[in-house]
Amino acid sequence: MRYRNQFQTILKKLKEAFKDLLPIIVVVVFFQSVVIRQPFPEIGEVIFGILLVIVGLMLFIEGLEMGLFPIGETMAYALAKKGSLFWLMVFSFALGFSTTIAEPALIAVAKEASIISSGAGLIENNQKTMDTYAMGLRLSVAFSVGLAIVIGVLRILKGWPLYYLIIGGYVLVMLMTIIAPDEIIGLAYDAGGVTTSTITVPLVTALGVGLASVIKGRSPLLDGFGLIAFASLLPMIFVMAYGMFWF
Amino acid sequence: MLDLLMDFGLILLATLRDVLPILLLIIFFQRVVLKQPIPHLKRVILGGIYVVLGLALFLMGLEKALFPVGKIMATQLSDPAFIGASESELSDWRSYYWIYIFAALIGFSTTIAEPSLIAVAIKAGEVSVGTISPWGLRITVAIGVAFALALGTFRIVTGTPLFLYILVGYIIVIIQTIFAPKKLIALAYDSGGVTTSTVTVPLVAALGLGLSNAVPGRNPAIDGFGLIAFASLFPIITVLGYAQYMELRTRFSKHKTKSDAI
Repeated sequence: MRYRNQFQTILKKLKEAFKDLLPIIVVVVFFQSVVIRQPFPEIGEVIFGILLVIVGLMLFIEGLEMGLFPIGETMAYALAKKGSLFWLMVFSFALGFSTTIAEPALIAVAKEASIISSGAGLIENNQKTMDTYAMGLRLSVAFSVGLAIVIGVLRILKGWPLYYLIIGGYVLVMLMTIIAPDEIIGLAYDAGGVTTSTITVPLVTALGVGLASVIKGRSPLLDGFGLIAFASLLPMIFVMAYGMFWF
Repeated sequence: MLDLLMDFGLILLATLRDVLPILLLIIFFQRVVLKQPIPHLKRVILGGIYVVLGLALFLMGLEKALFPVGKIMATQLSDPAFIGASESELSDWRSYYWIYIFAALIGFSTTIAEPSLIAVAIKAGEVSVGTISPWGLRITVAIGVAFALALGTFRIVTGTPLFLYILVGYIIVIIQTIFAPKKLIALAYDSGGVTTSTVTVPLVAALGLGLSNAVPGRNPAIDGFGLIAFASLFPIITVLGYAQYMELRTRFSKHKTKSDAI
């Protein structure tokens, strides 16, 4: 009886995951059969892949509630209880920096940027300069994400309104866009989007919400969110500053 | 079969490498700074294993099934032979209508499946004690991404400067922020950052590159960028817009019940 219940719960969760994926399947099948009118390449492989995606998504969501959310909240409670601003800041910075520096999407973007910049004659066209440039870009993005989490956590502690900071950031991005070299602008805008990975997001969200719910006078909804917003905004500013510094 | 296991092993290793810095950080803080046991440690560890395993399976499935098909479709749709146009028509933005439709639909559907967005939506539902529906939030964000990608591909085809769109977008966000209910502003800003990760980025990048190669006079290095930036900006606008709409509706219905009472 117990196994049967478990089986039913799993089936229900698989169904949920299938529902999440259904729109993609519909779009791909529609375009392949109605618009492009070509048979599916390797249909067996595609179906197998879809099954993997569904099972993977189910496991991920299950693990989110069991592991990632609780650990993020536990860290937030423990750090708030300890009451040491220094360690809270160190944790915030390290969380942002360490998860970004090794992010594969960022490594790819940094390499791409060094090729574009040397192609446009903005930096010397030799391997050493390009590597230094790419590494510098990665470091500045990772640093900016670390700083973003620090500022975001400070905001939760002090209760500063988010919109002043974000709007201030936007105005800064606009002003920098005017003077930054053209080649770096598209890259800088995109850098904001690639920094936050799938594992970092739940952890950072749980940290923010956890902090906002233990600190007196803060609302989890009003103050707990917003860390990711900083983590997408600051890299734009830093990448443009990096571009101006090099050229 | 062996190839498959090898593939899976490699992806699992890459996922583990992503988790490693976080793991080290948490262990260091627990051991050295906080010196406190983690409650329900076994359950948390099991959850962590689920996350890594789930993500690895998810990525492998995407690479096996969706990315190849999606990338082929993106290149086929932007192929001049498919568009069936002569050289002069290739410069006309109206020849690319299938691209805009494809971009919007793929943006919507990949955003619905985006794991980071699911995480934020679950948390928002929890925190708001049911006033924010996770599905409602995900659909609102997905509509934002759909609009963003359609507009982003239009920009690549017409070759208009990226920063103009972004500046206008920022101005809209700033104006909305002034009028939107304060409660939801932070969530709206966050939903911009989570839309583009595992599922959306690879497909969108293929679309941007394919398109900027196909349209005469576009440079992939300059025009291929920007789709991700759009996809991070427009969900903020749709979520703020939805919050405003809900507030107006509540205000209106309150007003109505009051006048009914009189």
